[in-house]
This record gives sequence, C-alpha cells and structure tokens, in this order.
Amino acid sequence: MAVERDVPQPRRSTESLGGMVTVIHKGALGYAATSDLTASGLTEAVSRAVSAAETAETRMIPGFPGPAALTADIHYEGPETRPWADVKLGEKMGYLCDASQALKRDERMVDWGAGFWAIDKEQVYLDAAGGRISQRAHYLMPTLWAAASAQGETQRRSWADAGMRAGGAEVLDQLGFFSAPAQVGDEAIQLLEAPNCPEGEMDLILGPGQMVLQIHESIGHPLELDRILGDERNYAGTSFVTPDMFGTFRYGSDLLNITFDPSMGEEIASYPADDIGTRATREYLIKGGMLERPLGGATSQARANLPGVANERACSWNRPAIDRMANINLEPGEGTLDDLVGRVERGVYMETNRSWSIDDSRNKFQFGCEYGRVIKDGKLGQVVRNPNYRGVSSAFWRSLKGVGGQETFLVSGTPFCGKGEPNQAVKVGHATPACLFGNVSVFGGA
Amino acid sequence: MRAHFEAVAKSVTGNLKGEEEFLLNYRAEDSTFIRFNKSAVRQGGHVKEIELSLDLIDGKRHAEASLNLTGDEAEDAARIARTLDDLRAARGETPEDPYLMVNETPANSERAIGGQMPGPGEIIDAVTAAGRGRDLVGFVASGPVYSGFANARGQRNWDEAASFNADWSFYAAGDKAVKTSHAGFDWDARAFARAAETAAGRLEALTRAPVTVKPGEYRAYLTPTALNEIMGMLSWGGFGLAAQKTRSTIFLKMIEGGARLNERVTLIDKGDYRDCLVSPRSSAEYGVPTNGASGGEAPASLDMAAGELPEADALKALGTGVYVSNLWYLNFSDRSAGRLTGMTRFATFWVENGELVAPLNVMRFDDAIFRILGTNLEALTAERSLLLDPGTYGGRNLESARLPGALLSALRFTL
Repeated sequence: MAVERDVPQPRRSTESLGGMVTVIHKGALGYAATSDLTASGLTEAVSRAVSAAETAETRMIPGFPGPAALTADIHYEGPETRPWADVKLGEKMGYLCDASQALKRDERMVDWGAGFWAIDKEQVYLDAAGGRISQRAHYLMPTLWAAASAQGETQRRSWADAGMRAGGAEVLDQLGFFSAPAQVGDEAIQLLEAPNCPEGEMDLILGPGQMVLQIHESIGHPLELDRILGDERNYAGTSFVTPDMFGTFRYGSDLLNITFDPSMGEEIASYPADDIGTRATREYLIKGGMLERPLGGATSQARANLPGVANERACSWNRPAIDRMANINLEPGEGTLDDLVGRVERGVYMETNRSWSIDDSRNKFQFGCEYGRVIKDGKLGQVVRNPNYRGVSSAFWRSLKGVGGQETFLVSGTPFCGKGEPNQAVKVGHATPACLFGNVSVFGGA
Repeated sequence: MRAHFEAVAKSVTGNLKGEEEFLLNYRAEDSTFIRFNKSAVRQGGHVKEIELSLDLIDGKRHAEASLNLTGDEAEDAARIARTLDDLRAARGETPEDPYLMVNETPANSERAIGGQMPGPGEIIDAVTAAGRGRDLVGFVASGPVYSGFANARGQRNWDEAASFNADWSFYAAGDKAVKTSHAGFDWDARAFARAAETAAGRLEALTRAPVTVKPGEYRAYLTPTALNEIMGMLSWGGFGLAAQKTRSTIFLKMIEGGARLNERVTLIDKGDYRDCLVSPRSSAEYGVPTNGASGGEAPASLDMAAGELPEADALKALGTGVYVSNLWYLNFSDRSAGRLTGMTRFATFWVENGELVAPLNVMRFDDAIFRILGTNLEALTAERSLLLDPGTYGGRNLESARLPGALLSALRFTL
C-alpha cells in the first residue's frame, strides 16, 4: 500500500501458492513446479519431475550429488511482536497519509510518497527420508521518498537504508519511521541547493546503508560458488575469485570480517535450513581479511570439493534452488561515526545507494549515493550532491582502515537480489557498521 | 486454457454484488526450463502456473489482488469467492481513488500463435551437440504462455503463444565469450544447429591475447544488442508521462533545458522529445489522453528507425576504436544530466584500420546520452535486429526491441 503525492493508491495484495517437486533419479535431477496443489496436480508434478530426471540421465554436469537426507523435524518462527495483520488497514493508511504530508517541505517538491510492503511467508520442506522443515516468517519494508526539482536539476532523497526487515508493526518503531519524513523532505531540498561532490583521490566513509550495497556487490556475489563454477556465466556473470584462493587470498585489510549468519532473527534471510534441507550455521567467509570459504550449498561443495554454507535457496515455489546470498554481515569494530570522521583530514561521507554498476567478474565497480557531506580536518562539513565513487573490489577492501562499532551498526536487507536461469529475485540480509576507506576515487555529477 | 479463463471470468461475474464491476487479468504458462553449463545439463524441469489478478471496483473505490489458481474449476471458484470477500473488506477501508480510469468501450480480441515446440529431450540433444568440444553455458525456455483480460462490461481479450527462447554463450577463455540467442514459434533443430555454428565461428577472434587500453575517449561501434542495454536504461522512466511530470526522467534536459539527441534518432522525433507513454492512471492524474501504456509506462516493443550504414561496413567505418558486442549492468551516474555508466562484456574488441586486432579486457564507460545518441552519433546501421527478451522474473517475458547498431565518434571509458 502507498500514498503518492498525497493520494492513497489502491491496496494491492498477492497470494502466491504452489509446490515444487524435486526428484533425484538415475543420477540426475528433475524438477516440476505447479500451482495445482490438488492430489492430481501433485501427482502430475511428480511424474514430470521423474521424466525430467530421466531425460537428463548421463547428460548432467559431473559431480552431481543427491542432497543429504534430513531426518529432523524443525519448525522456525520468525519474529513478530506486533502482528501486522492486527493493525487495521485504515490505521496503516493514516500513517502513510501523515508521512506524505510531512514529506512535502516546499513548492520545489515534485514527487513524494510513502509505502508499506508486508509479506507473510509459510514454507514446508519434506524429503523422502522423512525430514520436515516448516518455516513461518513476517517481513516489512516501509518506504519514504521525496524529490525536489528546480532549474533543470532534480534531487531525490529516500529513506531506504534499512530496506526490508523481519518483524511486524514493531519494525516501524525500531527504525524510527514516524520521525523520518520531515528529515527526508528537508534533505531533498538541501541536496537541490548543494554543490556537486568534489572529485579526486581521498578518504571515503560509507554509512551502513551504502555499506550494504558495497558488501552485496563486491563480496557477496563474487563468493557465490556457482558463479565460480561457471553456472552464471551466461547471465549474472562469473567471479574474479577462483577455487585456489580459499585459505590463501587476502581479500581485504585485517579489519575485514565477513560472516554468513542465518541466526540473526531480524534479518530477512534467517532460517534453520536451506531449501535442500542442509542445516544452516554461522560461518566466517572472510576472517582478518583472509578469504576462508565460499557461498556454496551442498551441490556446489561437492562439485568444487570446497567447504561452504547452507545457501541453496529458491525465491519461491516455482523456481529451483541455487547458490544465493542469505544474511551476509560485516562484523562491527569499535567507535562512533564521529570517531571515524575524526580520523579524516580530507574526504567525503556518503549514504543511501542510488546507483550500482559492476563488471561481470565483480571487480570494476562504480556506485553512487543520494547524500554526501564533505569531511575536512576531522569534521563533517557541507552537504554535496551526486556523490559517486569507483574502484576495484579487492583493492578497495584492502584500503579499509576503519570499522565502526555497534553505535553505527544497521540491520538491513533487500528483496531484489536477481540471479539464475530461470530468473529469481530473493531476499538477502546484510548487517554492517559504517566504514572508512583510504585513497578512493570520488567524483560528482554532470 | 481458454475454457478455464472463461470459467474464471464467469465465476467472478457471478459473485458480484450491487453495482460492483471488475478488471481481470489472467496469466498462465506451462514452461520447460533447461539450464546448461560446460555443455551439460545443470538443471532441468517444468513450471506450470496460473495466476489471476483482480481489481474489484465500486464507484471510485477499489482494491486489487492476485492469486494462484489450480485449473480445477470448483477449487478455483472457492478461491475467487474468498478473494472477492477480502477485496470488499479492503475496499471499505480505502478512500476514493481520483485517478481510477476504466475503459468504457469494450474491444474484444483473440490471437493464438505457435507451432512445434521442442520436447526436453530434443532441447538437450540439440544443445549438447552444439556444445560438443566447446564450453557452452546457457538456458532454454519453451512452451505456451497464455494471457487474458476480462471486465464486467463483457470485454474479452485472449492471447496464447507457444514459443521457445534459447540464450547461450560459447566461452573462449576467462570472461571472453560469444553470446547469442535463437528464438521462435516453431522449433527446427537444423535451424538451431546453424545458429550455433554461426556463433561458434566467431570464437576464433576471441582466442587472441586480450589487450587493455587506458581510460579515455575512443571511437566505438555498438551492436544492436549493446545499444539495447542503453535503451533499457532510457526505458527506466525515460518515456513515461509520470517520470516527465515528476522530473525524474533522464531526458530532463530535453524537456527543460533545450538539449536534444541526434536527428538520426527517430525514436524521439528527429532528435526532439515528442510523445510520452501515458498509462490510464497518468491520464487521469495529468489530464492527457492515454495511449495504451501499462502502469510502468515503459516501452514493451521498442522500435528504433534504421540508418544508412551497411552493417557489413561497420568495422571499416569504425576505423580505429572499440567494437562493443555487449554492454552490462548499466546505471545512472547523474540522471538529471543524462549521464550513464556501465561495463563492456563477453566480446569486445580493439579495432585498428577496420580490422579486429584483439579482444579487449572489460572496460567501464561513463558518458551522457546527449553525446552517445546526440553529438557523437555518426551513423546507424541500415539493418536492424529483433531482440527477444529472455527474461523470466515472475514469468516468461515476451517483450522485444528492434534496433540498429550505432557508430559513435567517441565513447568515454573511465576504468
């Protein structure tokens, strides 16, 4: 539901209901998904999955294993203190109307709005060995945006750093939704009146919202083992990481610690087991800057003879499981944002992603943010617009010279991570503090 | 499926109360998906799905819902009745919508196309044969896609198309590859084999040692496939009325600042911004007649006029510069200024005196659309390519674009 330019939009709801049958047969895999959950519909799906496996027999990629049988009975319930369904539709619409009115700060505002996207998810996994994993989770993504325009220039400010979080109506209070609109509107106006971001090599502090994108694109994707094995070369791309790098490659400075953490309940990719029934546990992917293990599920682990994690996931019932990010987090250091700023003689602070582009090996990137501030002699200064930076992944992470503490830590996530053939957009979580990087190529717009 | 669609429309009609009316969109597919890596099957299977979207209207109040159906009429009728009850409850708590616009002139239509579809075994036979002795990675989707529209005023529109879309790459080494596709409505294994051989014939040029050039400006030729990536960015709000009115369009400088594209670009009108795509909702909000655009106001079948440069002469016309077969992962550097960035991918070559010298390692470009399709556009090719979208997010995409190649006097590379 949304209110755009003070006009409530029609409420939209979507119910996606179906099943996926995966068959391991004659050393091959076949799948069949169906929205027909009647007995005859499921029987047909089993028959089609068996047929698909038989057709692929002897012609599948080498090293293909069957998933490990799970005999445990697991139930997972995600957090929801104040059920979203218990809040009346009119009350929710009232929140959005109030927010919309608070966003419009002056006549230069050409677009503004507020929205809620809530998801209830229920999933049951069953396998032939008697395993059963049932999961129920709730997610909420509140949004706010404001765009101001004058004299051929438009600047958009949004409240997007937190993305989507697991939980119910309590998420609004956790994130400060009710006090955010006025600041979002004010900052859109500030950006419209601000000069362009300076250009040059300098220190860069990324707020946690932009760190989410930086981790996602230049650590998460290159560590996906199916990319390393070549599965994604025709679509999402390959990786500059090769199998021999695990255990030996310095990915970042010794301040860099990255975990796969399915246990942080408020993140949106928390689960007890992945979609092929592998138990999920917290693991270090990068420790002290050294590359330790890839993001690869049981299938990829067997193909590559490498350790991995429980990350073989499908976006929904109508797509097969493949290696995906889940919750990929940067472990916090110590200190406040002011402590990081105090270490910078000349630099820029940036927050909230607005542009992302990286090559298919996940090396050469260019990212842009909505909001920037010049840093001079250890203090935050003027607001600047169109802040952009570019670099090369591993060189960039080796320039990491400051990691903020819990005071700067943000739990965030996106439901739009795209990959796979057929295409799949899945929910991935990222939690991170603000970070300081040295000698980064920074530039503005126009 | 047509009978099921009619049954669904009848079920919705039979459950209306008072002055209610509805808009109904029906979508179904029965797809075979097979994914390949290293010239072998990575994953293969089927997806059978029916999806119904409903907009339940009473005066100016309405609410929307979508749900999956089974194909079993009794089960689906129960789901539809429950959904209509939910929509009534939601509508009761929703204010009037000033921008609701309903077509009051029913116009029926019906189309069914498609011939022989390949079975999974035929797909695997054809692809593994093409990949023998080569490194093939890619994806084939095939089968019927159905879509229907109905409303309470008796309008019925029905479209069913059985098609296949093979989208694959032959890899030479590292990240150097020839990417190609073969799509249609009637499967012919020999035609697929010919397309595969043609693509494989282009591998030789990628086996030479790659080169790297310094950041800077170079002459460039963009194939239709590469140009399509740029068009995809322009379509991201570039042609819609709402984007124009909210000043978020990449063409802001054309609308407000007098900037223009090259007059060769008839996509606009001899370089000037002319018409917007106007959805019914924007039509009601801004008082401009709708021209049938969907809610996102993005082109679904983009068509760009051809130029005069024979494609066979593209290398000669390029002279010395960069031949870009594919671009990748574009985004805006400064949308208000019309500035874009993105990467080269798959097969990009350094060219000297009209001859391919060597594959070029991936490069980042960052340039303004008013240079790319404006001051720096030297020529468009006389031939155009029909590019069928292989995308499958949420369902098989049937969008397309027909584009020429573009010769640029300079494209700015930055990394």
